[in-house]
Amino acid sequence: MAKIRVEATINGEEVEFLCVGQESLLEALRDGLGMTGTKEGCTTGDCGACSIVLDGRLVPSCLVLAAEADGRTVETIEGVAEGTKLTPVQQQFLEHGALQCGVCTPGFIVAAEKLLETNPDPTEEEARYYLAGNLCRCTGYDKIIKAVLEAAAVMRETRA
Amino acid sequence: MSDGNSERKFKQVGSRPIRHDGLDKVTGRARFGADYTLPGTLQGVFVRSPHAHARILSIDTSKAEKLPGVRAVITADDFPNVPMKWIPSGPTGIDFGASSRTVMAREKVLFHGHAFAAVAAATREIAEEAGKLIEVEFEVLKPVLSIEEALAPDAPILHEGQEVQGAGDKPEGDSNITNQVLFEGGELDAGFAEADVVVEGLFETPMVHQGYIEPHACLANAREDGTIEVWASTQGAFGVKSEIASISGADPNSIKVTPTEIGGGFGGKIPVYLEPAAVLLSRKAGRPVKMTMTREEVFRGTGPTSGSRMWARIGAKADGTFVAAETRLEFESGAFRGSPVGAACMTILTPYEIPNFRIFGLEVVLNKPRVAAYRAPGAPIGAFAAESLIDELARKLNRDPVDLRLQNAIEEGGRAKYGPPFGPIGFKQTLEAVKAHPHYKQELGPNQGRGVAAGFWFNAGMQSSATVSVNDDGSAIVRTGNPDIGGSRASMALMAAEELGIDVTRVRPIVGDTDSVGYCDATGGSRVTYATGMAVIEATRQVVDHLRARAATIWNIELDSVEWQDGNAVAINGSAEKGSMSIEEIAKQNRMTGGPVVASASVNPPAAGPGFGVHVCDLEVDPETGTTRVLRYTVAQDAGKAIHPTYVEGQYQGGAAQGIGWALNEEYLWDEEGRVENAGFLDYRVPVASDLPMIDTIIVEVANPLHPYGVRGVGETPIVPPLGTVANAMRDATGVRFHRLPMSPPRVLDAIESAGDPSKD
Repeated sequence: MAKIRVEATINGEEVEFLCVGQESLLEALRDGLGMTGTKEGCTTGDCGACSIVLDGRLVPSCLVLAAEADGRTVETIEGVAEGTKLTPVQQQFLEHGALQCGVCTPGFIVAAEKLLETNPDPTEEEARYYLAGNLCRCTGYDKIIKAVLEAAAVMRETRA
Repeated sequence: MSDGNSERKFKQVGSRPIRHDGLDKVTGRARFGADYTLPGTLQGVFVRSPHAHARILSIDTSKAEKLPGVRAVITADDFPNVPMKWIPSGPTGIDFGASSRTVMAREKVLFHGHAFAAVAAATREIAEEAGKLIEVEFEVLKPVLSIEEALAPDAPILHEGQEVQGAGDKPEGDSNITNQVLFEGGELDAGFAEADVVVEGLFETPMVHQGYIEPHACLANAREDGTIEVWASTQGAFGVKSEIASISGADPNSIKVTPTEIGGGFGGKIPVYLEPAAVLLSRKAGRPVKMTMTREEVFRGTGPTSGSRMWARIGAKADGTFVAAETRLEFESGAFRGSPVGAACMTILTPYEIPNFRIFGLEVVLNKPRVAAYRAPGAPIGAFAAESLIDELARKLNRDPVDLRLQNAIEEGGRAKYGPPFGPIGFKQTLEAVKAHPHYKQELGPNQGRGVAAGFWFNAGMQSSATVSVNDDGSAIVRTGNPDIGGSRASMALMAAEELGIDVTRVRPIVGDTDSVGYCDATGGSRVTYATGMAVIEATRQVVDHLRARAATIWNIELDSVEWQDGNAVAINGSAEKGSMSIEEIAKQNRMTGGPVVASASVNPPAAGPGFGVHVCDLEVDPETGTTRVLRYTVAQDAGKAIHPTYVEGQYQGGAAQGIGWALNEEYLWDEEGRVENAGFLDYRVPVASDLPMIDTIIVEVANPLHPYGVRGVGETPIVPPLGTVANAMRDATGVRFHRLPMSPPRVLDAIESAGDPSKD
């Protein structure tokens, strides 16, 4: 099968890879590039475990073709921490115990980072609706929402 | 083995450290089932039945095998024919023949999506293409799709010649009933004769799925020398090992199973679905084989828990005293026997003193997926019926629902309906805690209602092992064999740190593979913090004894003259002038004083500390649309002793959320041919963040004397009360008693409209 060559910027680095036509960006990241931090939960865009940011937009990578990433920027969970420093969102997830099994966590963190970038002071309701595309079956969301709101407060304080 | 000291001041236990595996989980580095691969790995897929019930007449795989890229094709013929045989175990049992046929259909396919062949190929696409080339001749049979159909005299029989297990009058000849359960006490008729008020109802709950976010996944490598390596997302690596051995016929001694990080399970990742097939594919192909399920396969081929039909009645005196109760529980077991009807019967009335009772339960097999454990299996279903009726009793008697429960609550010395008396339990304290909570006093608005319900779960003990070693810098490593599904590494480390008297960050907890740690039963039954924790404490105490002995050697004094205090050996009894020596100083000298300090312990506690929980829910119903909004929710539960309170709260909140989903939204939908119509998260709707409020928690601590720190398991009890809690809140908000779950918007709307229209009664 003829392969398609893709050039993309992934977490700030220029990356080249080959993919087949029907391959999803999720598959390309996980299987082709070995970036397994992005998780597969459904492949139908319903669970958010594969959340990434494509050209600044939060998307489920299972619904993006790998070939569509050509010439675009991709941000994944592996690029969230700044070097060895965790972001406030990551740190607050740890402090609040906002994870149990942890498989939905990368998707939640990618989504929460995007939420706080667009809305630095979300209400509880805004956070709940923004994150409604990310399923968690373990926590009942309580500690996740608290972690996100606390991260927002920390980030506002740092900026001020 | 209790310390007999409930006033013990803990230094590490009860604190809230960051979990040791947390960094890997917030950075995407943690490796779950599908994240493992080996050089040359092939992709394996199952080929699944298009029919819910059909006899397999022939399977021809020759065309599939010839497709370029295909390396192996297997069917039931590649597996040993394990006979179906029921081996009782605890409240349920094991049937390796059924497990074998769950992995790979043999004589018949028994549900839509039942695997009957598997293919390993260079890519998933090729394997799926090859699956379509497999020629199979089915004799399609009439499917059995409800309890009513299963019990009909002319019902198609799923398993000819299968005997009925259990108690009571059994049907003659072949039947789809596979198990019956009966518990009786007192005089039923005389008991009901004493009752001033009797309430009764017929209740129904649908099949629901555990809904873990990570689909099942494994990697198997059958090597040239006959040894087998497996990486599996599982709740119990030792169980996977024994099931691979019994289902694929491999020598158990040749199998090593490494548990990966696990993305949720709730009981659904105790059984095996993939691993025996992956092993046989790998052996046939001579290459590693990875198998991962799609979400659709998870819904069609794994889990779920039983759908049910229940009739129950409860009688009480005018003063509120419960005098008699009778239940008949009918559970769907799916394609094979092994439903949780036994546990449902054991739990349904156990929270209350009821002197006269008859609890009868039966399970039927039918053409739906075989049920698997789901968090307190069976108990939420039974509690839905019982707690709904108790709510009705409170209404009829004009009593506060918490007070009525307090009046009848079981306490220490009271007997469970299945026999044994309880030791110290915290049910009454939990009810009192709810009553005192501000939530219980908050005023309600229009279209709003409040519900309360209670729940009980046994919790399990079972087998666990732990090894503790001290590093030469005085830090420690704790190794157990229980996959960490919700923060158990941190709990294990806290208990070891408590005994060693060092900071929890100085203890590294490890989850070992089946070759590197003593046997551990699965992470399930709310048993890890309790039983595995007990093994950790015991091993750590041995380590402390070693450290004391090393200090005694260094000081040249008797062992009895050395105490262990806060991470230091302290000389006493006339040797006090020696002072103290820290764990770091002792460990530094290990090579001179006797070598490495390591100790292991294993436990097999036959019992655990039972858990009781009480939930309160406020909700509002939109009378125009039937939509329900949960406004406030509070969980109170006896934890015995909370080792890491954050993760105890997390269990309370997560169990409540799953139960709310079960009450309001979740159900399998089937078409007339028995095909699942909603095998995805779009149509099988689990609660999302915007569906739920914050969930308040109250941790009650009534020490469990069976554990050195008083721990009770906490994972399962939180899903027992919510079905009744939400239904009781719905009754309060709408005036309608809901007997059937889920209480989805169309049903709620219909019920409200019918209630307002006498012609529809």
